[in-house]
Amino acid sequence: MILILPIILPLLFMVVLIFTRRWLFFQQSFSLVGSVVLTAISLLILLDVYQNGILAIQPGSWDAPFGITLVADTFSALMLLTTSFVAVVVMIFSPGFIDKERQTAGYYPLAFGLLMGVNGAFITGDLFNMYVWYEVMLTSSFVLIALGGSAEQLRGSIKYVTINFVASIFFVSAIGILYGQAGTLNMADLAAKMRTWESGTYINSALMLFFIAFSVKSALVPFFFWLPASYHTPPIAITALFAGTLTKVGVYTLFRFYSLFVVFDEQFWQIFILVLAGLTMFIGVLMAASQFDIRKILSFHIISQVGYMVMGLGIFTATGIAGAIYFTMHNMLSKTNTFLAGGLVYQRSGSYDLKYLGGLYKASPLLALLFFIPAMSLAGIPPLPGFFGKFFLIKGGFEAQQYFITGVAILTGLFTLFSMVKIWNEAYWKKEPEEVKQRDGKVHPAALTATAVLAIGVILLGVFAGPVMEVCLDAGHQMVNPEMYINAVLGR
Amino acid sequence: MLILLALLIGVLYGAAVYLLLRRNIFKLILGLIFLGHATNLLLFVAGGLTSGKPAFLRGLQNETIGMSDPLPQALILTAIVIGLGVTAFALTLVYRFYKVTKTVDFDELSENE
Repeated sequence: MILILPIILPLLFMVVLIFTRRWLFFQQSFSLVGSVVLTAISLLILLDVYQNGILAIQPGSWDAPFGITLVADTFSALMLLTTSFVAVVVMIFSPGFIDKERQTAGYYPLAFGLLMGVNGAFITGDLFNMYVWYEVMLTSSFVLIALGGSAEQLRGSIKYVTINFVASIFFVSAIGILYGQAGTLNMADLAAKMRTWESGTYINSALMLFFIAFSVKSALVPFFFWLPASYHTPPIAITALFAGTLTKVGVYTLFRFYSLFVVFDEQFWQIFILVLAGLTMFIGVLMAASQFDIRKILSFHIISQVGYMVMGLGIFTATGIAGAIYFTMHNMLSKTNTFLAGGLVYQRSGSYDLKYLGGLYKASPLLALLFFIPAMSLAGIPPLPGFFGKFFLIKGGFEAQQYFITGVAILTGLFTLFSMVKIWNEAYWKKEPEEVKQRDGKVHPAALTATAVLAIGVILLGVFAGPVMEVCLDAGHQMVNPEMYINAVLGR
Repeated sequence: MLILLALLIGVLYGAAVYLLLRRNIFKLILGLIFLGHATNLLLFVAGGLTSGKPAFLRGLQNETIGMSDPLPQALILTAIVIGLGVTAFALTLVYRFYKVTKTVDFDELSENE
């Protein structure tokens, strides 16, 4: 029954936090403890799944395919663990960065609402239930992104709410059409039924609708414009939480659906996904290179990196998928870490704009180091995890003889390095611009600690790449053999 | 009935897209509402139409033939509630936006000022 805890506990925490909204210190410490508890539980689930195989429970004692099933395979468990770790770090960071008004206006309960939705989406085995968890997650994120209500935030939120609402509509329509064709909503049961059909004529339209819905949510080309238009508006702690969790849920769902439901016309889907992956990583990184706001550079980078993850899906071999899963975990940590480091820059000098920044390396080598580690990890310098993620993806690409996409991936890596070096040169190395008077701000110790903890996490993920990759290979193996998932859920 | 509902869904989707493309942010929200309703109807139709038969039969344990499928109705109910919540939030958002910027024009959404 441990599988129900990642959903129930955030709900309980959220209720407690809603009623204690005015007690700032209690909110901060309770959230930290709560997220640590969630991490511990996710770790237990991962150990359980890795040792005993896919875990499935039927809450309410309605057997699959009639009830809602909760399933955790190695991929879900890894995602649960990484999400909770990101949450711990953000909970340490937030007291040192977000203003008191926002903290007491419900920031903490909303963050747990978001976590509940994310965790639910990771472990549900039911299509409609997946939609509900998406909405739980999105509704929390709607409020979080608008929390505080500055004009800039409101502009960002209107775009964000609209595009996500439309994407959800695509998602529900696909569920409706698929239910009309197959008469079941249980993902494993649906996948098993599809494997007995003779052609995919009836499901291709639904699959395309699903694909559009999740590519909006994970910001694939050509549906990515909402992300850089909204992600930079809230306080950077919220952006970091979003960057570490939200788009990755879209990627996770794409993986899960591809593994289970793409039974027919595999050739078409594979080429389609690889083309979009290549475009996504390349266009994302080019647009990042042209920006001058740290938050915008990093936002465009999210898009580019989603391209890498989806490339692993397009390759669809155990190595490719394992590389993509490792890359996703690395990205959740490193990306959040660069955003937090950007927050430290803001606290120190009062701006995110590279034109008004400079001389930070001289002023504070520690801040420079805390940015340098995740930035080099994103750029793919060994022994940091970004290198191993890209290495396994490229290895998978060569093994599957997908040379073109692999070439694009290598080229994109070069541009990633370029834009990270751009931030480094402009904010840390160049001389302080004379016409601008730098605000000599104090960096809050909590914010500093959080960034350091996450940087250590990034380094550890790189150092222990071998054992982690073993677990990822197990997950990749489960993804390319969907019968394992189907059998675990249907109890065969 | 099927053709009538299909036409209605088409009209709703058309109206929704038209409203989404207007310059007024309030009309955008109306478009979202229409889009939600069109999709709820789509779920209803795709789940299979059975006229004149209840979803649950009291006392008849094994009589399921001709019974209408309760699941799409449950799904629509959930989708309506979620749509209501999101719409309420979006309306609040637009109202707040109007109070801050004194306009509901789309141009105000661009960042270059």
